[in-house]
Amino acid sequence: MRMPRLFERETVLAPLMLVPVALYMLLLVGFPFLMAFVYSFSNVTVGNPEFHMTGFGNFSAVLRDPVFLKSLLNTCIFTFTSIGLVLVLSNMLTELLMREFRFKWLIRFLIMLPWTAPIALGTIGYLWFLDSVFSPLDWLLRSWGLLGKPQALLGPMSNLYWLGRPGLAMASVIVVHIWRLLPLATMIRIAGMNSIPREVIEAAQVDGAGYYRRLFHIVLPLLLPVISVTVLFSTLFTFTDMTVVWVLTKGGPPDNSTQVLASLAFLKGIQGGDLAQGAAVSLFFFPVLAGLAAVVLRLAKKAVVT
Amino acid sequence: MANVQLAGIKKHFEGVKAVDGIDLEIADGEFLVLLGPSGSGKTTLMRLVAGLEKPTGGHIVIDGAVVNDLPPRDRGIAMVFQSYALYPHKTVFGNISFPLTVEGMPREDIKKKVAWAAGLLGIGHLLDRMPAHVSGGERQRVAIARALVRRPKVLLMDEPLSNLDAKVRHTAREELKLFQREINVTTIYVTHDQAEAMGLGDRIAVMHEGTIRQIGTPDSIYNDPANMFVAGFVGIPPMNFMEQDGMIVGFRPEALLPAEALPDKDCMRLRLLVERVEDLGSHRLVYGTIGKDKVIANHSLRLNLPEGEEHEFAVCSQEVRRFDPKTGVRVRP
Amino acid sequence: MLKKIFSKSYFYGGLGVFLVFSAAPFYIMLITMFKRSHDLFGPTNNPFWLNEAPTLEHLDLLFNQTLFPRFLLNTFLVGLAVVVITVLLAVPAAISLARLAGRWGESVGIGIFLTYLIPPTLLFIPLSRVVSFLGLQNSLWSLVLVYPTFTVPFCTWLLMSFFKSIPKDIEEQALVDGCSRIGAMARVLLPLSVPGIITVVVFSFTLVAHEYIYALSFIQDSANKTIGIGMTTELVRGDVFYWGALMGGALIASIPVAVLYTIFLDRIISGMTMSDVRR
Repeated sequence: MRMPRLFERETVLAPLMLVPVALYMLLLVGFPFLMAFVYSFSNVTVGNPEFHMTGFGNFSAVLRDPVFLKSLLNTCIFTFTSIGLVLVLSNMLTELLMREFRFKWLIRFLIMLPWTAPIALGTIGYLWFLDSVFSPLDWLLRSWGLLGKPQALLGPMSNLYWLGRPGLAMASVIVVHIWRLLPLATMIRIAGMNSIPREVIEAAQVDGAGYYRRLFHIVLPLLLPVISVTVLFSTLFTFTDMTVVWVLTKGGPPDNSTQVLASLAFLKGIQGGDLAQGAAVSLFFFPVLAGLAAVVLRLAKKAVVT
Repeated sequence: MANVQLAGIKKHFEGVKAVDGIDLEIADGEFLVLLGPSGSGKTTLMRLVAGLEKPTGGHIVIDGAVVNDLPPRDRGIAMVFQSYALYPHKTVFGNISFPLTVEGMPREDIKKKVAWAAGLLGIGHLLDRMPAHVSGGERQRVAIARALVRRPKVLLMDEPLSNLDAKVRHTAREELKLFQREINVTTIYVTHDQAEAMGLGDRIAVMHEGTIRQIGTPDSIYNDPANMFVAGFVGIPPMNFMEQDGMIVGFRPEALLPAEALPDKDCMRLRLLVERVEDLGSHRLVYGTIGKDKVIANHSLRLNLPEGEEHEFAVCSQEVRRFDPKTGVRVRP
Repeated sequence: MLKKIFSKSYFYGGLGVFLVFSAAPFYIMLITMFKRSHDLFGPTNNPFWLNEAPTLEHLDLLFNQTLFPRFLLNTFLVGLAVVVITVLLAVPAAISLARLAGRWGESVGIGIFLTYLIPPTLLFIPLSRVVSFLGLQNSLWSLVLVYPTFTVPFCTWLLMSFFKSIPKDIEEQALVDGCSRIGAMARVLLPLSVPGIITVVVFSFTLVAHEYIYALSFIQDSANKTIGIGMTTELVRGDVFYWGALMGGALIASIPVAVLYTIFLDRIISGMTMSDVRR
């Protein structure tokens, strides 16, 4: 079997093998991405596909909408709190998992479950955990005497109504996000630790550097790219996620107290059929994503240098 | 079997002239060594012959046919890479038979040919092993067997011995020369090791900065260098150079002998300030200066040459080579 | 000695806390799945243990009276199709970027990785129009069409660094040994990258099982839902929760996906950290 000579040429073969991916990405990522922009400057709805450009109308409408502002604030609170706690906790968990112990594979599997199992299904477990009547968590608090008695610390009612009260609902969503991201952050961290050559740390030891000097002058600077990757993916997965909110609270308790940008865009764009406003809301992701992209480019440049 | 002609071959990578205008003819059955420091373009030149790179200019002719636009598989060449590039997922048999399988040769013929090649290299007992489970020397033989099994017109070898340890390398060199003579295949061999080049090559092409600086028999390269680069690159320790009467004169360390060894010949006498003496058993290296020039002498006399003192050395005039100080080109009397 | 015991108990204590935090929801699923309804809905009963003999009534309900088996099948079918498309698109692209494309290959590679950062939440609104324009609403084909937007970029990136780790010599040797360019890829490069391709297959499949937003946006017919949205929309109806079945279904669907993912976790992580995927 002889292929035509043309296929021997890199200049022909290289683009040829890239074309399917490029075409596909252009049509199903590039084009919709542009459409999101166009929609957000128009008055398009599901029922009325003939649309007119309306300039910044959607954006100013969205910015005047208190629900939007609340969602934006919520999204930021979720993201920053989750990432901050995930960074601290993953540091601790990494120290633990770097050691050798028995049944490590099983422990590791169980600790990774929140990340490796589908998030929608994992969140279902929390629905039961935080149920308004049968919550196992409330049962635990009651049996410890913290809840359901007249003088109990958390009040005399028999349940905390985790998902029914604004503050608690928000805390619940944050905890589920942390629960989900912790394994990922830890794995990235462990991969980073393993990539620091032992000789570098040993050389520092020989040079007489103590634990903290090693940590701050050698380990942390070397880990910085890895920590940025952790922040990058944590931001990506919390800032733009709506699954946890949708399964747990659908943005409620009824007052939008856990509404986030993603769920709001879904509510407006898909459920409400107002494509223009939905697109305008989701475009607020764009600056954050651009920032993340800049981080990736910097990291990639570094990766090329080393 | 075939001859190879290169005419005006050039290869520029983004402004870097890796190979810059090379004309070369290799006779049928000849063993030609491309010798040069790293970055001299010798590997690029070989890859151009193989068809792994496309020349920026010039012609490559194998067996009378221009092969510039032919892919490697249609050039009738075989190649042994420095890393041996054995297919890790195939057995030794699978490796050696691969070029034949690709050709679509019948199974029985493949077996015969593989048996022949494996016999030639003495690796018949390894055929069922995986490459990861044979030694470095054996791997090299597998790679050579795979290259020879197709009876190529031209055999290309890119530093095939450099991954072997020093002891095995010596015998491998010996064998390489023997079976090359036996099957008489035109061979181009790339190396930066001058001992390999001198020992193996019918002719040596010394390369530097993308050009051939001299081509000739090992003897002529060593004793009749065409320019200062070749004179300085070939020979360990390198040739000594001094300025004299507006010329550069060069002489090999083994030609610079204590005056006692050359009592009454037609010799140039020089006072050498001895700085250090290395006794290497069979011979001694004397490091020192003559005037302001650093020189090395290599002699096998039993002499006591105290460090820090001057001693009279001599070089016979037939050992002296003269070079133009501007161009570095040899000036013949 | 005492110090050692201390540090050991701290260690196991810490590990225990993290273990409970991570695995508790799955443990509660396991227990609830076998609980009799009477036990389940007694507010004074210990929810962390079976107070009455275990029962299979919830699983019976789940498998025989709900669309759960259908959800599993749908997810599996979409996963299969997406895996095939992803491999067919990503393998040639990754080879091209790793081997043929030279210097601009690097930039295109990073560009492809960047598209991985565009989240579904930015694209689902316009894509829902694309889907309805193609007449694919409520069809599994809409997911087959759209899911490769997030599997292909990451998998191309992963495969690219995998192909880069295979020495170029070996491919050039195949060229010298009589293969065409494409022949060398098929006979030498691909067999050597089987571990990388398996990673990509598993990763694409698990991502499909993980996906929620596109499925929620495009599919309303109960019979065409995938596992994530099926469970959370069909089995959760207003105030009526089939808790036992819901918990059982979530656990049964999660574990195989989690097991698959865990096997290839290290390689997927090194893809994310843009480090070497050689193993």
